[in-house]
Amino acid sequence: MRTPARVWLGMALVGVALLALPFALAYAGTAWVRIANFAILYVMLALGLNIVVGFAGLLDLGYSAFYAVGAYVYALLASPQFNLHLPFWIILPIGAAVAALFGVILGTPTLKLRGDYLAIVTLGFGEIIRVFLNNLSRPVNITNGPQGIAGIDPFSIGSFSFSRPETFLGLNFSGPVKYYYLLLALAIAVIVINVRLQNSRIGRAWEAIREDETAARAMGIDTTHLKLLAFAMGATFGGLAGGMFSAMQAFISPESFVLVESIMVVSMVVLGGMGHVWGVIVGALLLSFVPEILRWTVAPLQDALFGRQIIEPEVIRMLIFGLALVLVMLFRPAGLLPSAVRKRELAASGEAPLVDARL
Amino acid sequence: MSVLLAAKDITKRFGGVHALDEVSFAIEAGQIYGLIGPNGAGKTTLFNLLTGMYSPDSGSFHFAGKEISGLRADRVAAAGIARTFQNIRLFANLSALENVMIGRHVRTRAGVLGAVLRTAGTLREEKEIERRGLELLDYVGIRSRANEAAGNLPYGDQRRLEIARALATEPRLLALDEPAAGMNPTERLALAALVKRIRADGVTVLLIEHDVRLVMNICDRVMVLDYGERIAEGTPGEVQRDPRVIEAYLGAPRAA
Repeated sequence: MRTPARVWLGMALVGVALLALPFALAYAGTAWVRIANFAILYVMLALGLNIVVGFAGLLDLGYSAFYAVGAYVYALLASPQFNLHLPFWIILPIGAAVAALFGVILGTPTLKLRGDYLAIVTLGFGEIIRVFLNNLSRPVNITNGPQGIAGIDPFSIGSFSFSRPETFLGLNFSGPVKYYYLLLALAIAVIVINVRLQNSRIGRAWEAIREDETAARAMGIDTTHLKLLAFAMGATFGGLAGGMFSAMQAFISPESFVLVESIMVVSMVVLGGMGHVWGVIVGALLLSFVPEILRWTVAPLQDALFGRQIIEPEVIRMLIFGLALVLVMLFRPAGLLPSAVRKRELAASGEAPLVDARL
Repeated sequence: MSVLLAAKDITKRFGGVHALDEVSFAIEAGQIYGLIGPNGAGKTTLFNLLTGMYSPDSGSFHFAGKEISGLRADRVAAAGIARTFQNIRLFANLSALENVMIGRHVRTRAGVLGAVLRTAGTLREEKEIERRGLELLDYVGIRSRANEAAGNLPYGDQRRLEIARALATEPRLLALDEPAAGMNPTERLALAALVKRIRADGVTVLLIEHDVRLVMNICDRVMVLDYGERIAEGTPGEVQRDPRVIEAYLGAPRAA
């Protein structure tokens, strides 16, 4: 595969822009760097879920369970909770692996379920994990219950810590800026993995399962193995993102892994364009940034227009947000940047996009 | 000639209905074996049992000397039996080429790691899958449609594509479920030629077909099912003269 020079140039420009972005954002305030970090975290989550929902066609509404598992594995192994302080490059893989194991645990009993039934079971699974985290404080205190775990170690290599600000070459690298680069590197890795998987023997087998599971099996595709693989791979990325979340926040509690979180990630995948890597990225970035932008613009706008606050900013923010989602689904049912296959599927079935007939 | 597939006393009930009742037959390697019978005779049920979609209540299938009854569908395909479907089941939204490439899955090996790291072996395999996919599309005569969505192909081409996809799994036995359904006479002739060519290239064929003339023209042996029972088996000539077959197809002669 030859890549034309124009594409390389475009990629280089995007690369430079991404490298310079945190400093531009830092002008507007460190809060915006944090928001960007969360946006990247959501890109990772959405791409992980895209493997399950977009590639293999398994609607998973309990994805935040894996995010939670990754986050708690990191928190338990790098905090005063058990007085363990393992380095992050050891815990992140452990967290990802444990999350993958949970993916298989969820996947095994749901192999025969399709569509709505699968969605309900995964939704229940997500809640079960959260309830467990809430209650695993007695008789032995493991998760510290609803109080959560505080004082989680930041990432550090030797004396280099990701949470401490530093000045290098006259540039001020704050904690969030350092995390930004780490997240960016991880996200790029996740994107590469997604793209390469999609265009591979495994990716094609997933597509076959999504299209027609019976025919896929008749063609010799081991659907059991491949569905579990999809769950496990998706969960791995969820676990990875969870570990990052723990370290960045330094505090986690079951509150962070509620159902809305799962639904948010599903929305990113659907809004962007299920099964299309770039679409999913756009979906994740939009749903991360737009609510924040609204948060910063709605209140001043009302002041300017009416001289006072007529509607509470939080309410109007979610109102606009919901309206935007409805509009996108009405006018671009396959997502903002749909894949060609996905467009054909919707054109052929005339189905509403969220609950796919064949899922 | 050696026996490639031996079915012994295959029985399947759905509730109280005997869909198949102790049906036995043997297909020799290199044959085109026809399976005919009126609607509801149990032909497709037999296909589904053979290819692992259902498992038989009793009886066994031996394929190339190994017992395959009760195996999962994907294992049956791996063992060397490929099928097409009566009501076409292509991956309709994927391209024709992708459909055939998916058929290569069971004979290729690249895993997640190979795909992510794009190892030399994976790239080579991927190239080979695509080359073989195009070759098979050419073989069934629809190479020019390689990049069209399978669901947009004309009906006859969809049937051909299903055959190409099945052949991609490198079967020793190709099971075709009413491949001529919905085809016009010209397409039927071309299909007959294709089936003969597939046999000539070393693949044994099991053919369910409603078009009795087509079956009689190309099959070496024919089995007739009626209400789940085998009522006749033999060369096309023998079967055609069998009074029970005539009765099943034309009704009992009116009592004098």
